[in-house]
Amino acid sequence: MNTLNKDIAGWGRYPVQRCELVRPERHAELWSEAPSLLARGQGRSYGDAALNEGGRVVLTERVNRFLAFDREQGIVRAEAGVTLAELLALTVPRGWFPLVTPGTRHVSLGGCVAADVHGKNHHHDGAFSSSVRELELITAGGRRLRCSAQENAAAFQATVGGMGLTGIIGEVELQLQPIESGYIRARHQAAAHLEELFRLLQESDGDARYSVAWVDLMSRGAALGRGVVMNGDHAARDELSGGRRLTPLRLPPARVRNIPCNMPGWLLNGLSIRAFNAQYYRREGSRSGSFLLDYDTFFYPLDTLANWNRLYGRRGFVQYQCVVPTATALEAMRQLLQRLADSGHPAFLGVLKRMGPAGAAYLSFPMEGYTLAMDLPMKGAATLALLDAFDSVVLQHGGRVYLAKDARLAPASFRAMYPQFAEWQRVRRELDPHGVFSSSLSRRLGMEEQA
Amino acid sequence: MSGAILILGATSAIARGAAAAWAQRGHRLYLAGRDVESLRRDAADLAIRYGVAVHFGAFDAAAHDTHAAFLQRVTDEMGELEGVLLAFGYLGSQAKAAGDFREALAIINRNFVDAVSILNLCADQLEQRGRGFIAGIASVAGDRGRQSNYTYGAAKGAFALYLQGLRNRLFPAGVRVLTIKPGFVDTAMTWGMPGLFLVASPIDVGARIVTAVERGRDVIYVPWFWRYIMLIIRSIPERLFKRLKL
Repeated sequence: MNTLNKDIAGWGRYPVQRCELVRPERHAELWSEAPSLLARGQGRSYGDAALNEGGRVVLTERVNRFLAFDREQGIVRAEAGVTLAELLALTVPRGWFPLVTPGTRHVSLGGCVAADVHGKNHHHDGAFSSSVRELELITAGGRRLRCSAQENAAAFQATVGGMGLTGIIGEVELQLQPIESGYIRARHQAAAHLEELFRLLQESDGDARYSVAWVDLMSRGAALGRGVVMNGDHAARDELSGGRRLTPLRLPPARVRNIPCNMPGWLLNGLSIRAFNAQYYRREGSRSGSFLLDYDTFFYPLDTLANWNRLYGRRGFVQYQCVVPTATALEAMRQLLQRLADSGHPAFLGVLKRMGPAGAAYLSFPMEGYTLAMDLPMKGAATLALLDAFDSVVLQHGGRVYLAKDARLAPASFRAMYPQFAEWQRVRRELDPHGVFSSSLSRRLGMEEQA
Repeated sequence: MSGAILILGATSAIARGAAAAWAQRGHRLYLAGRDVESLRRDAADLAIRYGVAVHFGAFDAAAHDTHAAFLQRVTDEMGELEGVLLAFGYLGSQAKAAGDFREALAIINRNFVDAVSILNLCADQLEQRGRGFIAGIASVAGDRGRQSNYTYGAAKGAFALYLQGLRNRLFPAGVRVLTIKPGFVDTAMTWGMPGLFLVASPIDVGARIVTAVERGRDVIYVPWFWRYIMLIIRSIPERLFKRLKL
């Protein structure tokens, strides 16, 4: 198979590493003999999870065939290179929606499984794995293993959230949820500070299926952690009017604009972000009552701006996402935001969410509590030192960092954050005794060394 | 219901692009090739995405004496064919072919002899029916012999000449023949090759093939500007051309 040596990066564009790329056209070519292998879907993890410096990276983008779609039961089976965008285009017009979706449609199903992604409904429906009926895992040597929560359960729980380190995910079978329309009934509430934001998130919990808060990361003092809580539920057909009611599952095509090239590094600075946030807070926080949004606008607002990662310039950005157990979550988030404020480091997008109970997967990120995600332009040592300080806060409160977003966590912190690592490693050794599957992330975090 | 189309060498990336464009227009498809498991997956995907009937089956291009029975089986399953796309081919290695005649023969057979065997049969059937099309994927490599790929170029050039003759023969019967000459297309064949520029996606190339068939075109270059690149390359005088490292 032809190979291409190329410098590639994750969505945050930090770090950039040289990998040997292969791009199979067919499922049968997913496996190839190489000393080190890693599958990569759409490259939407932020750091080095989908990098394999000096090793082989298997691009799965062309292994994207739908294999079965049961329109009565809402069960779809596909090759793992299929993206959520392709899935939505197929299933929404037939009245089916993914049970769990992350904040972009441009992710592969394999990537959703490998990172066990979550959505705005984690507190209701769990992580992506709760919608996975079955997986096909291609393990070392090219062996094909069917696994699910019932069959080969250990392999399944090690693969879900396993960051591609147990093998190549070949096929995914999903249970979808029925919808009557492609619209979401949304409601916004402004919160003047972090405590109010927590209170609103907790209150809306019971009644709204989807719930998320935008946080103004540049707010200071009494307004620290101000934000807007955004709730939503799938709209029933009779909540729509006019033409929408006649064709509730047909949406006008989304308009997508493109960031054509790298923006200068200074574009997103403290001043410009503060100005944007103030305006955003006023506009989104003042929308009263409930209103209808199409699902694209509600779930994937950033997808309307293609290549938005270029806004951060050549040096890229890092996303820091952590989760902290409920008991001290408010205190932990306050400490994180205070440290950020004290550092003077710019930070753009902030998102706070409630999470429900953890699943059974060994390395899955979600746990019952609150999760905060922050996008920070990469400014070298200053950024890295700040994030190390964040780690100590998160550890102190018994939380963890999301590997799909990570580019810089230390091995000791990783082990403290993921107590089931040793069990995961045992299952992985059975599946891949010679350690063929590895990534830049797995080597950086010492996942190859004995727990 | 639009007519049925047979795609030979259906697992190639360009064929997949064309199949998607035809399926989107409601055509029923028969996917043929060697790798039946891959064909099964392609057929399922097209049927699910576009809601058309997609059949598939094994086709061995090198087994010429099976071609008549194969075509009979396809017509039995699909009814009369609307058209045929021939998308199989073999790039091989020129370096190997220079020293190993078996490689040269493999290149010539797959790109020319095998194609003639099956298209002769398809041409008879379509001529009798009095309408339809044949589309064949040749190559810009067939427009002028170059040291880097002249065996492949010779076979593809012969195939292009064959299609030209077929076009002439079938014109009175109302059967159109399209010759497709791809330049650089982003497929497994070109992956990792140095010196590529303005590479076209196989999805776009597939869609171009389908519109070219609809418009009754004779010869297309994809992407279109390759027509002019090849015009320049063909116009270089031979006494100069033979000195170039191409």
